[in-house]
Amino acid sequence: MATTFILNGESQTVDVSPDMPLLWVLRDTLNMTGTKFGCGMALCGACTVHLNGEMTRSCITPISAVAGKKVTTIEGLSANGSHPVQQAWIAEDVPQCGYCQSGQIMSAVALLAKKPNPTDADIDDFMSGNICRCGTYQRIRKAIHRAAATPAGQAKSA
Amino acid sequence: MTTAPVLKRREFLKTGAAGGTALVVAFHLPSSAFAAAQDQEKKTPNPLNAWVRITPDNRVTLILGKSEMGQGAMTALPMILAEELYLDWKQVNVEQARTDPKIYDHGTGGSGSVAGSWLPLRRAGAAAREMLITAAAQHWNVSRDTCKAQNGGVLHGARNQFLTYGELVGDASKLPVPDLNTVPLKNSDDFTIVGHDRKRFEAAAKSTGAAKFGIDSRMPGMEYAVIARCPVFGGKVAKFDAAKAKAVPGVRDVISIDAVGQGGFTSGGVVVLANNSWAAIQGRKALNITWDEGPNAGESSESLRKHFIENAAKPGKVVRNEGDADGALSSASKKIEVAYELPFAPHACMEPMNCTVYIRPDGAEAWVPTQAPQWAQGVIAQVSGLPPEKVIVHTTLMGGGFGRRYQADFVMEAAQVAKVISRPVQVLWTREDDMQHDFYRPASYHKMQGAVDTRGKVAAWKHFQSSTSIAAVWDKNGKEKPEASEFGTAAFIPYETPNFRVEYALANSSVPRAWWRSVEHSSSGFVVESFVDELAAAAGVDPLKFRLQLIGDARKIPDFTNPKQGKPLDTARLKGVLQLAAEKAEWGSPAATGKPLPKGVARGIAGYYSFESYTAAVAEVSVEKGEVRVRRIVYAVDCGRPVNPSGVVAQVESAAVYALSAMMKDAITIDRGRVQQANFNDYDMPRMSDMPKIEVHLVMSKEDPTGIGEPGLPVVAPAVGNAIFAATGKRLRRFPIRAQDLA
Repeated sequence: MATTFILNGESQTVDVSPDMPLLWVLRDTLNMTGTKFGCGMALCGACTVHLNGEMTRSCITPISAVAGKKVTTIEGLSANGSHPVQQAWIAEDVPQCGYCQSGQIMSAVALLAKKPNPTDADIDDFMSGNICRCGTYQRIRKAIHRAAATPAGQAKSA
Repeated sequence: MTTAPVLKRREFLKTGAAGGTALVVAFHLPSSAFAAAQDQEKKTPNPLNAWVRITPDNRVTLILGKSEMGQGAMTALPMILAEELYLDWKQVNVEQARTDPKIYDHGTGGSGSVAGSWLPLRRAGAAAREMLITAAAQHWNVSRDTCKAQNGGVLHGARNQFLTYGELVGDASKLPVPDLNTVPLKNSDDFTIVGHDRKRFEAAAKSTGAAKFGIDSRMPGMEYAVIARCPVFGGKVAKFDAAKAKAVPGVRDVISIDAVGQGGFTSGGVVVLANNSWAAIQGRKALNITWDEGPNAGESSESLRKHFIENAAKPGKVVRNEGDADGALSSASKKIEVAYELPFAPHACMEPMNCTVYIRPDGAEAWVPTQAPQWAQGVIAQVSGLPPEKVIVHTTLMGGGFGRRYQADFVMEAAQVAKVISRPVQVLWTREDDMQHDFYRPASYHKMQGAVDTRGKVAAWKHFQSSTSIAAVWDKNGKEKPEASEFGTAAFIPYETPNFRVEYALANSSVPRAWWRSVEHSSSGFVVESFVDELAAAAGVDPLKFRLQLIGDARKIPDFTNPKQGKPLDTARLKGVLQLAAEKAEWGSPAATGKPLPKGVARGIAGYYSFESYTAAVAEVSVEKGEVRVRRIVYAVDCGRPVNPSGVVAQVESAAVYALSAMMKDAITIDRGRVQQANFNDYDMPRMSDMPKIEVHLVMSKEDPTGIGEPGLPVVAPAVGNAIFAATGKRLRRFPIRAQDLA
């Protein structure tokens, strides 16, 4: 069945089962592998994307729920890593293995869109859905504060 | 049904852990480093091909011979090469080595990448540099002594002439390779790269979604496969009905594969093949399988614990005996006897296991997130019947390793499937597969008996351990000693005592076990550093003061577990990190420091030697109605010369969180022969809101670099446990930490 949606600013039509999760449509149908699979139960946050600007776990979002909406993935945040949150991540040397970081960054962007100057408690609340097995949480927190402090740090998602 | 040949143990050792003749010895750094240097002498590959590739327009690519799993090898190892080559880091690109065990010591583990590569890479980089200098001198027809390497080229001082490496490499690579044993190495006083913070080479790629992990591998015509494995260890398929599975849209076929290897190597199962991951997962749900659960369906955590306790009631096999601990204990006035228990722990890499393989009649190719590409190559060669030279293994980035990715089970399964279907296939594991078919950190039980005398000295220290040994998994012929993989520094503690006895009894288990970050030290660190703390309390002495007194004078304690090649424990360095951590954490009574701790907050300390490095930690915790909150961990670390100091700090931060993940919330438990936990809903991981503040203080040593991926881990559980005691008077003796234990 054909489903059309806007992906990173461009129209996409896919012909898949309506119950296929957005995560797998992205990764397998569209070969957009920046969004990751970690648990399949919305417990780890690795699959985080923005759906109409809202932080969304794509592993439990059926493609039928995406029809006609705007999806932003990690690939769509910027052309070349220039998004202030990505720049903060690089400046603070956040990633270790890096597998969770697409999801972490998408969650952080969504947080800053809602709370341009988040407190540590805001960061705890918003970011606790994203697991990092390498333990980069301290650096993620620092990077979020850093991005919040830059003039362009409150850039909203597409 | 397809049958893959059983991987014979001899082949496993050849293609398995780098260098060693026994699994545990292979992870002792000097033997692998020594082997790598020896191998280089024999074959001496041209460093201007094996390690450094330079284009005529002076772009430099450094070759990475180890796996990058987040531990920072992709940055630290090229830094070593770049230093000897006098490169400008801005011109550096890094590429993963092709899998060729004749040239590269690929195996990545045992916190051995920087330590084991330090000398070989310095020599290789220096050799390449000398060849480039020689080429320049020949070009200018001047003496070599008037030329020096600088900024990615060679400078001739007398006439201020400069040639880039790009201009020289054509001639340089034809020159004979200098003797690696005598090639001059750069003076460490002149280091401009090593010892200075360097941001991770691939940080940008990992922040944009551009970095490709094993699970991101895509080939034209690639199929996706998931495998239904018997949830009971050692069980197998009795019969299955695939009709409903094949009816799921996207599913192309269903096959089965046999279990391979001894013990917990692979479990075999039913394979669902589809044109996308989701269809394969849904197809598997639609399978109707009857399992033959096999002989282990009665095993449980309760039955294992019973076995531990039965073992602990009898003498074990003597691992070490100095003096007469039993005699000293029987006559001691102040003695304590306690038991510590550690559960199985999962690796839970963020990227679940996966492997992509394509086997053709004339060759094979694989994309593997692996810590052991040489073993992956060997396994695919064995299954395909091809010579290893015809098996191209691309080592990808990986979402965590922690020891799990040293295994080749997930490679074997993929190779078995690829052999049958003759097209590229990616076998991917779901989180449930990963949680339930791991090679876990062993479960163990430790009965400790000790006594302090009237002078505050340890009159006796007796350590009995029963565990589900790692060594026992891989050896069914009884040639491996099961205790060899289980004690680590607990067999050569730094605390002086005239009566020291270590005993062991194996507890058989069908649960697969192997190396989990810090391996035996994850249990030994907890046991030793908790027990010495209990002895300190019995002696009425401050825990730090007690340790320093017992460690005593500067001396070097031989590594009892690896006497020939293990570096001895240098007590001065251990004291150094204990004192540094205490100083930075402002250890001492509030009266001593003038700064009282907040109400309800207490501190604990631990120090330990592992992977030839020294770590100490002070943990600050608060305990409220049995709820433990770890607020801060202050580390001191001595891992020799830090190549990339900020990378070292990152590894210690990482190890702290990994340690907490096996302590705070959940444990792996066994019931009816299967793992009860399935996903993060029943084994939750530390999250942002659980994080303590972590501070890391490095000793800027000039000793050769030693391990750092793992040493941050063993000190966390005991430091936290000791802090809990300081806060509540209750001892942490089992995991996860439970409020009822602290009431």
